[in-house]
Amino acid sequence: MSEILRVEHVVKVYGNGVMANKDINFSADRGEIHAICGENGAGKSTLMKMLYGIEQPSEGSIYVKGEKVELTSSAKAIKKGIGMVHQHFMLVPSLTVAENVVLGVEPKKGLRFHKEEAIRMTQEIADKYNLPVPAEEKVENITVGLKQRVEIIKALLKGAEILILDEPTTVLTPQETEELFKQLKNLKKEGHTILFISHKLYEVKALCDKVTIMRSGKMIGTRNVSEVTEADISRMMVGRDVVEVIEKEKASPGETILSVKGLVSKNSVGKKMLDGVSLKVRKGEILGLAGVEGNGQHDLLEAIAGMAEITDGKIEMEGKDITGHSIREIRAAGISHIPEDRMITGTAKRMSIRENLLAGRHRKKDYTGKLLLKQDKVTADADELITEYLVKCSNQQQEVGMLSGGNIQKVVVAREFSNEPHLILIDQPTRGIDIGAAEFIRKRLIQLRDEGKAVLLNSADLNEVLGLSDSLAVFCNGKIAGYFEDASQLTEEELGLYMLGVKKQDAEEIERKFHECGEK
Amino acid sequence: MDNILDLIFSVSFVFSVLRLTTPILFAALSSVISERAGIGNITMEGTMLISAFTGVVVSAWTGSAWIGFLAAVVIGGLTGWLLSYIIFKLVVNDILAGTAVNLIGSGGTVFFLFALTGVRGISTSLSSKVMPSVDIPVIKDIPILGEMISGHNLLTYLSFVAVFIIWYLLFKTSTGLRIRAVGENPGAAESVGINVYKTKTIALVIAGVLSGIGGAYMSMGYVSWFVKDITAGRGWIGIAAAAMSGQHPVLAMVASILFGIADAVANTLQTINLPSQLVLMIPYVVTLLAMSLYAYIDLKRKKRSSF
Repeated sequence: MSEILRVEHVVKVYGNGVMANKDINFSADRGEIHAICGENGAGKSTLMKMLYGIEQPSEGSIYVKGEKVELTSSAKAIKKGIGMVHQHFMLVPSLTVAENVVLGVEPKKGLRFHKEEAIRMTQEIADKYNLPVPAEEKVENITVGLKQRVEIIKALLKGAEILILDEPTTVLTPQETEELFKQLKNLKKEGHTILFISHKLYEVKALCDKVTIMRSGKMIGTRNVSEVTEADISRMMVGRDVVEVIEKEKASPGETILSVKGLVSKNSVGKKMLDGVSLKVRKGEILGLAGVEGNGQHDLLEAIAGMAEITDGKIEMEGKDITGHSIREIRAAGISHIPEDRMITGTAKRMSIRENLLAGRHRKKDYTGKLLLKQDKVTADADELITEYLVKCSNQQQEVGMLSGGNIQKVVVAREFSNEPHLILIDQPTRGIDIGAAEFIRKRLIQLRDEGKAVLLNSADLNEVLGLSDSLAVFCNGKIAGYFEDASQLTEEELGLYMLGVKKQDAEEIERKFHECGEK
Repeated sequence: MDNILDLIFSVSFVFSVLRLTTPILFAALSSVISERAGIGNITMEGTMLISAFTGVVVSAWTGSAWIGFLAAVVIGGLTGWLLSYIIFKLVVNDILAGTAVNLIGSGGTVFFLFALTGVRGISTSLSSKVMPSVDIPVIKDIPILGEMISGHNLLTYLSFVAVFIIWYLLFKTSTGLRIRAVGENPGAAESVGINVYKTKTIALVIAGVLSGIGGAYMSMGYVSWFVKDITAGRGWIGIAAAAMSGQHPVLAMVASILFGIADAVANTLQTINLPSQLVLMIPYVVTLLAMSLYAYIDLKRKKRSSF
């Protein structure tokens, strides 16, 4: 088989200094389905964006059919025969299927847009590759599976020989997935090359010929799918490059403080993000949530914090039912929340440090006067927190958005930790911040645990989640796939198998384990 | 009361409805094409004023109504192009940029009028020209209908032709397809190699030209002079008409006629013994009521579709 795509020594450094791809080398042949596997943040998306001309490599070269190409725009990538099916569809809902398909290369008849020709062109591709679509129906009226098919036809019409599919099955039902696989195999037979981005290993096994694995921006290797097991792939995907040791004493957990029973939650498009999650958090322990991103860990924290709609299940905090309560009530119940995105939900970035520190407790007796806030008290407390949490700033009036990521996170942490919480929900505590700030936040977290607070931690950073957690719940597909009372007993390899759904404890076993430790 | 009904159900009333619909319709079409391209364009009022003024000055200067009209159209198109540059290249908020254009329209025209004529309020000292009125052959001889429909200003006819042109452009040409795609999902358009900036600029230039013609009509057809704020909010009413139509040119025409009727009623009732302040309120009250009703219906529809 002949080579159609080759990537040589590609490096991508973003403007903010983040190195997303480090010396990537890989190649794909004509007529193969090539999986690109890696956890979120492994650099898959960056690589694909460079192949589709959305981003440009900082170093290195890309060859298509042996010819070196400069892909400076999507239009150029299309010309070179590269097509992409984005995870979030790039379709115009009010236009018909045929109109969407020909957009950018519209057929004309004199001044007019030649509608009949557009339908014919769509139909022709649909017939040729056996991808039936209702050409005259508006896109807003068709199913998600059909929308994806429209995207594929769109790319094929523009002459795509290399088709990039970015996690195509996340939005599909199992039946639609099966259908998609049939169609992709069909395309392969016609000589097309498919780059299939996924972290669902059974899909890779079922569909792909080769698999390339990425981890933290680096290429780990390419294998023939027939020669590796799911466990092999998982081992290559999940792992730490450098094992950082986080020092802490062994936890001595107390009684159960939070108990979650059969929680179900859906996201804005109605997809089940939590599918019957039950767990217990005890005083004086850090319960870590591990999993590939998007498997429910984040959604669990949002649901407990009152930021997501709960369709079923029950949350009890210190024996009190707080299911469906307002965020204010939940916070008053002794729950602090450090959200995933410090810029959007964590802070109001145009407001001052002082105001951000005050947010949420401006109604407290300490701060409210008869009519106005007690400014002196607010100032004094803000200064105290800034000193205690080592926030580097010129003064407390400084806009939060002007601070560095680490210092912004310290502002959020200072506010939430100083609320006298009984339970702390903390989501990606150190993502994208400097080592100093990260270390500081981790130490404080352990300190709070030692004081008897309960912590529910979600982190995509394996070092962090393995190092900080006393016990660990692994998420897969909106469910808990495994619970480990002693996180230090768990190897990375074992963790990877649970995260990727290769191994699973049964629900009763998990419940029993939670139960046992709750009783102690 | 009979007196009022007589006035309203008369030939001259229908004639004046068409006359008053014209500027609103141009502004509405201008808004429709901008909104379809996904741009919050609020410059109709300002652009109409700039063009109305330009038409008067250039026609007086050259002695030709046509050259004056052309100048009004060109300056309208240029305003649209400039707006596009400011919004997309200089990345200024569209409402801010639009407000600036509107302020230039109302203040700048008075300033230049004073600089040119020494008079602040009105341009009667300039011998400006008007666009011709047209008798439609055959129809003009039909009794009643002829009196209603024939003998209008050329630009009144053009406004109704423009409805068809904009409809054809938006829904039958590839440019229209691109404008709609860019307006609804710029990311999708860009991902298939469409130049989003260029497409939006085309839409804004067309919008500017339409407002420009509307402005020229005000000073070179509706009346034969320029006066401070001659448009009297018709640009804004046009935006309201476009919003009510769901950004569809034909429905925008229907909405514009509704506002034209309100305007004509106000004009007609002025001739009888009613407080003029009250009567002149009619078009604006109708706009307010129509917008409220539209918002209510829209809300209901959205609620229903979300279940």
